[in-house]
Amino acid sequence: MATETTTLRGGVKAAELEGIKRESLVLNKRSMQWITDRICGIVENRQPFIWWILFLPSVVLAGCLMFTLVYLVSTGVGVWGNNQPVAWGWAIVNFVFWIGIGHAGTLISAILFLTRQRWRTSVNRSAEAMTLFAVVCAGIYPGFHVGRFWMVWFLAPIPNANAIWQNFKSPLLWDVFAVSTYFTVSVIFWYIGLIPDLATLRDRSKAGLRKALYGIFALGWRGGNRQWRHYEMGYLLLAALSTPLVLSVHSVVSFDFATSVVPGWHTTIFPPYFVAGAIFGGFAMVLTLMLPVRKLYGLEDMFTGKHIDNMAKIILLTGTIVGYAYIMELFISYYGANKFEADAFYLRIVNGPYTWAYYCMFFCNVISPQIFWFEKARKNLWVVFIVANFVNAGMWFERFVIIPTTLARDFLPGQWGYYSPTWVEILMFCGTFGLFLSLFLLFIRFLPVIAIAEVKGVLPEADPHYPEWTALRKKRGLQPDGPEVETSHH
Amino acid sequence: MKRAFAYVAEFDSAAAIYHAAEQVRDAGYKKWDVHTPYPVHGMDHAMGLGKSWLSGVVLCGGLTGFCTALFLQFFTQVDLYPTVVQGKPTNLNTVPAFFPVTFELTILFSAFAVLFGLLAFVMLPRWNHPLFGSKKFARFSDDGFILVIEARDAKFQEADTKEFLLSTGASGVELVEEEF
Repeated sequence: MATETTTLRGGVKAAELEGIKRESLVLNKRSMQWITDRICGIVENRQPFIWWILFLPSVVLAGCLMFTLVYLVSTGVGVWGNNQPVAWGWAIVNFVFWIGIGHAGTLISAILFLTRQRWRTSVNRSAEAMTLFAVVCAGIYPGFHVGRFWMVWFLAPIPNANAIWQNFKSPLLWDVFAVSTYFTVSVIFWYIGLIPDLATLRDRSKAGLRKALYGIFALGWRGGNRQWRHYEMGYLLLAALSTPLVLSVHSVVSFDFATSVVPGWHTTIFPPYFVAGAIFGGFAMVLTLMLPVRKLYGLEDMFTGKHIDNMAKIILLTGTIVGYAYIMELFISYYGANKFEADAFYLRIVNGPYTWAYYCMFFCNVISPQIFWFEKARKNLWVVFIVANFVNAGMWFERFVIIPTTLARDFLPGQWGYYSPTWVEILMFCGTFGLFLSLFLLFIRFLPVIAIAEVKGVLPEADPHYPEWTALRKKRGLQPDGPEVETSHH
Repeated sequence: MKRAFAYVAEFDSAAAIYHAAEQVRDAGYKKWDVHTPYPVHGMDHAMGLGKSWLSGVVLCGGLTGFCTALFLQFFTQVDLYPTVVQGKPTNLNTVPAFFPVTFELTILFSAFAVLFGLLAFVMLPRWNHPLFGSKKFARFSDDGFILVIEARDAKFQEADTKEFLLSTGASGVELVEEEF
């Protein structure tokens, strides 16, 4: 057949296109039934031994979190190391750290959905679960940071015991609204995405408690197109709502700092810089969790090298944006000619109490992801895993650098101090990791880690015109499973 | 007592059920649906369905959130209990400070409108349904492509509809009954 003369979309010769064949989203031509069996199998079969090895210590750590919280409430916030002048210690560092991790989940589920990145389908479920669990961990800190936990209802928009209303001009109150909205919307988004998959689990389980529970949460889903069309519209709308939401949440978190008049915090670069950093750190956490899960449960055909490659590229991009922000902060502190601002950054990078933390941050966040310029590094799972963990650590250091470094050197030398965490803060932070991992392991145990319905939808044969375009490709002398050709349909 | 509820017809692929749906649509049936493991692209067109107006509900939800937030902030800060913090009054000039909460509540109410609007539009939760009695139907959540024509459709006739479904390429047709 005359293949050389066949011209495809954009004037590309058919024969040339064969050379840049697009990788399939699901490898090894897996069938829909295989996808159902493999993903539901994780929930239905016994967990591997390693699940228990991870779960038991995580629960113990989560118990430590409970212990430290009880100790904190019964003794007083003085058990934390923060005091004047460093009034915001690890509690706020860890709050910002956890909330930032959540952002990758929303980015994957909302922004990549709107931009039609079809590879998101095998990653979004676990990333959204990670979002929820990270926000749960984050929410603990401001709740207890108020000092008297039983007064936390003062944050809600109702008049307090003296009939005084909240100050709606305060960024701390904006934060309450932003974080609680973010959590609620993330739960709704996640749950709506789960409904068809819960129906799959319901239809596969025999009668009994399992069937009853999956049945209740599947709400009686029947997968009719008269349901799907509203479902798809609802999902699209939630994606469109979550996209500005996720950008707003970390912007509002950064307002906690940026609207103050503290040197080093009072900068307009904070909102975009915080958002980029959040996405950066969140993707690292997705990779940290999903690389082992993918291997352990044999999900390599759905969560492919291509997914990891894409995520590594996003880490490279956002890491470089973060690096730009670091350098721009330094430049503006020099160029802006504000003595206090310049001094704050001098203390950060040259001779301050926490200069070491600045360089840890800079190495982890800016230098280490640069290895992802090389395809070999993006393909090597060990390299990806190690860099992702550098980024996890680096993003924690970023928040640490911003908060205590700035507060430890107030305007007058008499107000200088040094902050270090107490054992309560350290144990509490470890405890949030325990809680996070316990919740994630329970998620693996009871819910489908990959969005079953969505992955089926990206298979080539899921397209109702699959036979037509396969025939057309054959006529034009192309491989039947190559990149799409232009058809006259629609 | 039992009576016929619907014909459940199974198809082998998305392409087969897509073309069958076009034929059912053209034959003039009204009470029918296509049950698939994932939303099949272009099926709304094949079934002759228009755009989903869930977006209208969500717009109303968003506007409610927007108004609620502005009311909450202006009423409490200007009228009910003016708090002067750091010598700053609250009036129309302080609107920019109200943007974050207004934005968040707009999104929050819209998201609830998506959830409850969706449940109302798809008429869920409904934990039991006559179709759940069919083994063939249950495959919709795995790899089955199921077309259902309900008995309450004006054009439904036990013999003719079965023949019609087989002529559209169904690999199997089953009559599902309901108790009444």
